[in-house]
Formats: sequence, structure tokens, C-alpha cells
Amino acid sequence: MQEIPLSQILFVSTALFFIGMYGLFTRRNLITMLMSIELMLNSVNINFVAFNKYLFPDHLDGLFFTLFIITIAAAEAAVAIAIIINLYRSHNSIDVENATEMKN
Amino acid sequence: MNISSILFYAISTIILVAGILAVTSVKIFRAAIWLLFSLVGIAALYFWMQVEFIAAIQIVVYVGGIVVLIIFSIFLTQNSGKEMNSPALSKKIFSALAALLGTAFVHNLIVHYEGFAFNSAKPFNPNVAEIGTQMLSTTSHGFILPFEVVSMLLLAAMVGCIVIAMRPTNKLESESTIFINKD
Repeated sequence: MQEIPLSQILFVSTALFFIGMYGLFTRRNLITMLMSIELMLNSVNINFVAFNKYLFPDHLDGLFFTLFIITIAAAEAAVAIAIIINLYRSHNSIDVENATEMKN
Repeated sequence: MNISSILFYAISTIILVAGILAVTSVKIFRAAIWLLFSLVGIAALYFWMQVEFIAAIQIVVYVGGIVVLIIFSIFLTQNSGKEMNSPALSKKIFSALAALLGTAFVHNLIVHYEGFAFNSAKPFNPNVAEIGTQMLSTTSHGFILPFEVVSMLLLAAMVGCIVIAMRPTNKLESESTIFINKD
């Protein structure tokens, strides 16, 4: 366990965060954008757990932040999917290019 | 190079490759399945870090809840075998460039930062009894207030989902809503 330094775990989570950012930039479909956001939230969770384990092993605060982030991500995904289904019902499409009523 | 390091590199490879495929796959259902593999890999990384409770929560909530919800909404809203429109090449190139530059920048910061003092004075003890006691404790390291706030948030999200996704029953009311939207 001690052979892997903290910086390598941080590098994995950084790469995962920017993969999610790439998906958010290139995708035009609401469901795939939501999937990219889930990847970014997960990379943050990895950071919290790794910092807690390596730097502050006598507290558990990072684990609680992770638990609350997972809870909020679940609520966010549920609300987002309700909005997506409502949007599909009125526009027959979930591309962000087709939902432009509030643009002007 | 012992077995623990090899496991770490294998898990990291799975996470990153599945993540890249999840954001680049042109079929939306395959993208969802690659996301599932990436999330399972993250749960494996939590097991590797010996935080079994978080790993179990990750599997139950993400793999069993969110990905299944995403797959259901894919089935409800589109033809899952159809290929999505690929973004323009220039957009792909510039997004990839931005992501690579960001990764290189943050990696540079991490490599040159000296402040990661490894603190091994006390053992890391994340067992479930400890987590549960601290979650509901009202002392200075307790998390009872965020726990209550997040329970209200979940209630609000549940009510909000029902209200948003409910089909409007009154025909006249729905027409007037559409009229307002187009105005």
C-alpha cells in the first residue's frame, strides 16, 4: 500500500475529471452530458477519500464529504432525468440545440 | 513492484479507459455501459484503499441506482441502437487540447508540490460503527446537521421529480402552458 504515493492517485482523479470535461464539451445530448458530470463528481470523491486516508487518518471527514456528495449526486440525477423526460415529451428530442425557447 | 502496486495500476487503467470510451462512444447505450464499468472500477479503487463502506455505497447508489436510471431514460427517450451525431472535428480537437492542457497543468502542480507529509501516527480506521457514531453525533466532529439537511434535500428532490415528470391532466391547462412557452 505504501509504495503508491498520494500523487499517483491524484493523477488518476485529475485525468478522470478532464475526461468528464471533454465529454461535457463535445456531447450535445442531455443524457450523455449527465454521464460526464457523474464522472467529474466521482473524480472529486476519489480525491476526498485519498486525502483522508493519506494525510489525516485520525479523522473521517473526507469519508463524510464523499457520502454527502454521493447522496446529492443521486438527487441531482433523479431531478435531471425528470427534466429530460419532460423535455422529450414537449420537443421529441433531448439535444441541447433544439431547446432554445429561453434564449431570447 | 508488489501485488498492491500492480492492482492499483490495473484498476486505474480500467477506470480511465472505460471513462474515455464513455465520453467518446457514438452509441448512447454503449456509453452508458462504459460508464458502468468506470464506476465499478472506482468502487474497486475504494476497496483497494480499504474503505469498504464507501465502496459498498458506490456500488449500491451509482451502479445500482444512477446507471440503471440513465439506462431507463435512454430507453424512454430514444432509439438506443441509433448512432448519435458526431461533433465537428474542430470542436473535438479543441476540447481534447483543453483537456490535455488542463491535465498537464494540474499534474505539473501535483508533481512539484512538496507539502504531502504522510501522517502515519494513527491508524486509519473507517469501520461502519465509527462512521455511524460520528454521523449522528452532536459533538464537535459530528455530522448530524448535514445529515438532516441532506434528508430535506432528498425529500425536496423526490417531490420535485414527481411534479416535473407528471403528465398534465387537464387538456386545456396543458395547451395554455404550451402557448406560454411559445410566446
